[in-house]
Amino acid sequence: MSARLMNRFKPELAAGRKLFVPFITAGDRGLDFTRRAIMALARAGADAVELGVPFSDPLADGKIIQRSSHRALEQGTNLPAIISLVKSLRRETDIPILLMGYLNPFLQPNMPSNASLAQAAGVDGFIIPDLTPEEAGSWISICRKKDLDTIFLVTPNSTSDRLKAIIRCSTGYIYYVSVTGTTGLRNKLPADVRTGVARIRRYSSLPILVGFGISTSRQAADAADIADGVIVGSALIQAMEQGSTDHDALRRLRQLAEEMVKAVKGKKYNSLVAKVKCCSGWDHRAKGLKL
Amino acid sequence: MTSSRKGWFGDYGGCYAPEVLMPAVEELKRAFHQARRDPGFKRELDELYRNYAGRPTPLDLAGRLTRAWGGARVFLKREDLNHTGSHKLNNCLGQVLLARRMGKKRIIAETGAGQHGVAAATVCARFGLPCRVYMGTEDMQRQALNVYRMRLLGAEVAPVDSGTRTLKDAMNEAIRDWITNVNNTYYLLGSVAGFDPYPTLVREFQSIIGKEARQQILKRIHRLPNAIVACVGGGSNAIGIFSAFLRDAKVRFYGVEAGGQGLSTGRHAAPLQRGRVGVLHGSRSYVMQDQYGQILTTHSVAAGLDYPGVGPQLAFLKDSGRAEFTSVTDRQALTAQKQMARLEGIIPATESAHAVAYAKDLAGKLGPRANIIINVSGRGDKDLKPEGAS
Repeated sequence: MSARLMNRFKPELAAGRKLFVPFITAGDRGLDFTRRAIMALARAGADAVELGVPFSDPLADGKIIQRSSHRALEQGTNLPAIISLVKSLRRETDIPILLMGYLNPFLQPNMPSNASLAQAAGVDGFIIPDLTPEEAGSWISICRKKDLDTIFLVTPNSTSDRLKAIIRCSTGYIYYVSVTGTTGLRNKLPADVRTGVARIRRYSSLPILVGFGISTSRQAADAADIADGVIVGSALIQAMEQGSTDHDALRRLRQLAEEMVKAVKGKKYNSLVAKVKCCSGWDHRAKGLKL
Repeated sequence: MTSSRKGWFGDYGGCYAPEVLMPAVEELKRAFHQARRDPGFKRELDELYRNYAGRPTPLDLAGRLTRAWGGARVFLKREDLNHTGSHKLNNCLGQVLLARRMGKKRIIAETGAGQHGVAAATVCARFGLPCRVYMGTEDMQRQALNVYRMRLLGAEVAPVDSGTRTLKDAMNEAIRDWITNVNNTYYLLGSVAGFDPYPTLVREFQSIIGKEARQQILKRIHRLPNAIVACVGGGSNAIGIFSAFLRDAKVRFYGVEAGGQGLSTGRHAAPLQRGRVGVLHGSRSYVMQDQYGQILTTHSVAAGLDYPGVGPQLAFLKDSGRAEFTSVTDRQALTAQKQMARLEGIIPATESAHAVAYAKDLAGKLGPRANIIINVSGRGDKDLKPEGAS
């Protein structure tokens, strides 16, 4: 686990508090707005930020993130500029920042140079949903050398073999996708989230965060009951979208983030597994699996 | 044309799919490889090719075009005579049989020109399966006849209003549907693009074009052709006809991309000539993109070629030098379409007319002793608009 992520997650979980990790698209309303939004999220008590690298063809995303990616690209947002933003943010905050986005922008000009630049700027890891563990071999070795986390998604329909392969490739945390579907708002948390999280827990001691579809603080609280933390994207982006000005958008973001933090952190840690995990070392340790 | 890694063609191909699709992709791979070894599957498909699609399609000498161009003898592989009016049905028949074997109850597809959509709607009608076809609103407008045909066949046409409102965005939306309904839905992808195993399985089902053409030309002139010309969007008709001649080193392959308003204008759809390597829709290949990896808007008068990516096998054929890729402009394609209509009584699809336009130059270069085959991948009825007639 990268140093910043460990420094933040470990004491939180040890103190019995669950994790809140927001996702926002970089460059939606411009990168300077993104900088302010990240600071607002940090102040609201977020434990890390997944910073979306916009792509022209976001094929696993629902309408809200599609729209925000489109707006960000209209602003001329690109990966080098996002990395520069992180660099300037590092003067102000130590909040862990993971870049999340589709593979193609990371391939230009090539992945090793993007990894180097990102690491030098203070990025802590990557989430690339269309990079399967099968095709990720060289990317993972690059990231390991640079102490960058590689976070992969597990879905409710992941087979056991795939689940094990994903866990072998994962550091930082495991991203459990609560629904078979694209990103976006949902009325309620699916009933099988608990089973899904428990299935991962059998093989991995990494924190498990649940994302996709978590729209309200009530749902966030429910998800935090089941997992180590909660990821919220579309709901926050929609809140900002409804803002009439940048100022108003920030206010709405802060308000919803604070609500979510309260809902998530209000939960007392009652999982025995989590306690065991906190005492038993924080390096990647997949139970009974060879790395 | 394979490499040691499954699903890869040299440095191209692979499977870059979101995790939620991977179990379905693996299931499809297994079903395909089982079907491939099953003589019963092949029998059933051959029977459909013969009695439903009307195959084999003819290969005939285009006598008046040959004389008009004053060069090589020109033969036409008449995929326009395949049922539904294009080569797309070959793939749909193969895949619908796969879907049935897999017990899938719902079919989705993307379409650009509407030819794949019509073929998908057709096989779904034939086998009683519900079918939803994603189509960009820009394409729905320019290929309105095919929208009508799909609806008549009982398919639901879902308009796609995002991005460039063409094939690329229709494919995004089809993939989103598959992500959401992956447990009961079969994604009937129409080209040799997309994640493994689609490039391999679509090639397999389109290889019938080349197998027939090879037999037909040998029977007709007792020798192999000097060159084969096909248009390239995603590349399924091209790989379909090329694949049977891969070992015939003397047969040259020419793939014709959409030059749009000219390669220098940037308004075209020629990733093999002007793109760079990237990952779009799940496979590594040439892609039209900016320096930051954002996919560029393409342009072609032919909706079926208006796509910023290309199948990984075509990328491999380019790099290995086995095939040459070139382009013709919108205007050249439309002129060729008209010339072929007037001289042969055959109206090729605007897509296929790209191959016809380049074949004219090639026929001149190769001279009268040479023989070339043009893959006439589809018929042009879909492109006719009364107000555009001249």
